[in-house]
Amino acid sequence: MHELSITKHLLEVALRHAGDAERVTQLNLVIGELSGFVGESVQFYWDIITKDTKASESRLNIRRVPIEFRCQECYHEFSPGSDEFVCPSCESHILEIVSGKEFSLESIEVE
Amino acid sequence: MNRQVTVVENILSANDQIAERNRATLDSNRVFSVNLMASPGAGKTSVITSTVAALQQDTRIAGIDGDLATSIDADRMAAMGIPAVQINTGGSCHLDALMLNKALEQLSLADVDLLLVENVGNLVCPSSFALGVHLNILIASVPEGDDKPYKYPGMYQGVDAVLLNKIDVLHAFDFDMEYFELGVQALNPGLMFMPISCTSNEGMDKWIGWLRQQAADYLISLGETGAIR
Repeated sequence: MHELSITKHLLEVALRHAGDAERVTQLNLVIGELSGFVGESVQFYWDIITKDTKASESRLNIRRVPIEFRCQECYHEFSPGSDEFVCPSCESHILEIVSGKEFSLESIEVE
Repeated sequence: MNRQVTVVENILSANDQIAERNRATLDSNRVFSVNLMASPGAGKTSVITSTVAALQQDTRIAGIDGDLATSIDADRMAAMGIPAVQINTGGSCHLDALMLNKALEQLSLADVDLLLVENVGNLVCPSSFALGVHLNILIASVPEGDDKPYKYPGMYQGVDAVLLNKIDVLHAFDFDMEYFELGVQALNPGLMFMPISCTSNEGMDKWIGWLRQQAADYLISLGETGAIR
């Protein structure tokens, strides 16, 4: 259900930017790992909800962005392991998220 | 002919715009509002019940409860004598800004100081949908395990405070409090972390005191004097 409501929002954004184009053929998304968004199920819902719209049969291209932290002690940037958030360089736990929150539609291809 | 159109827009921008409207509505009525998120069974309703009991003597509280179906939780709030609105999400796993917007219309906001929003019990997605409230709080609980910030970083990031509930049963679980807190702090530098128990009341004074302070700071930020005492 989560992905269904997101695809509805996505369709609204895409159609608004499509202007007077006849068809939307591709959508380029940037999705951070922290967004809790599963690409596969989105394409599934996408195919259903875009029927009878100008985005019907369009393709979702998803660029996934991994979680990256920046250490606030030594400024090392790294992707964390699955069970620990610690700087591999200096072992500090004082970190800042630099990427992984992305959740945007970057561009669309229309004809 | 094919052409590319640059968009660069957050997918949930429509939700975010409604969230901003909600915030404006709340601010114009000077309603301090808190969104409580947790997995099912972590103790959202118990935290709300205890919080209402601690504050309702001198604070006008209202509640909004999101649930897949039923109005059990809103009924519990109403039983404590506070105005409560139930949002049945009809299967949707989170509250969004529009649902909150509709619920706000059903409350007499001029008569409310503190609004407690109980989100749908779910540890995957409520954090993606901004509501427009002033504080986002995640309630975790000891039986869920100390690895949850690492397994659900998306849910744990972007919150203002984490309450760790059920610390009265800490002895029965292999729960490393420091490991848990390090995960939470890495995702939210400087966040307020408060271990509590709604059963033994341990930690509840700190939580209530902190919430009062946040509400007082909020009124000051609006240029008001007088606060939730």
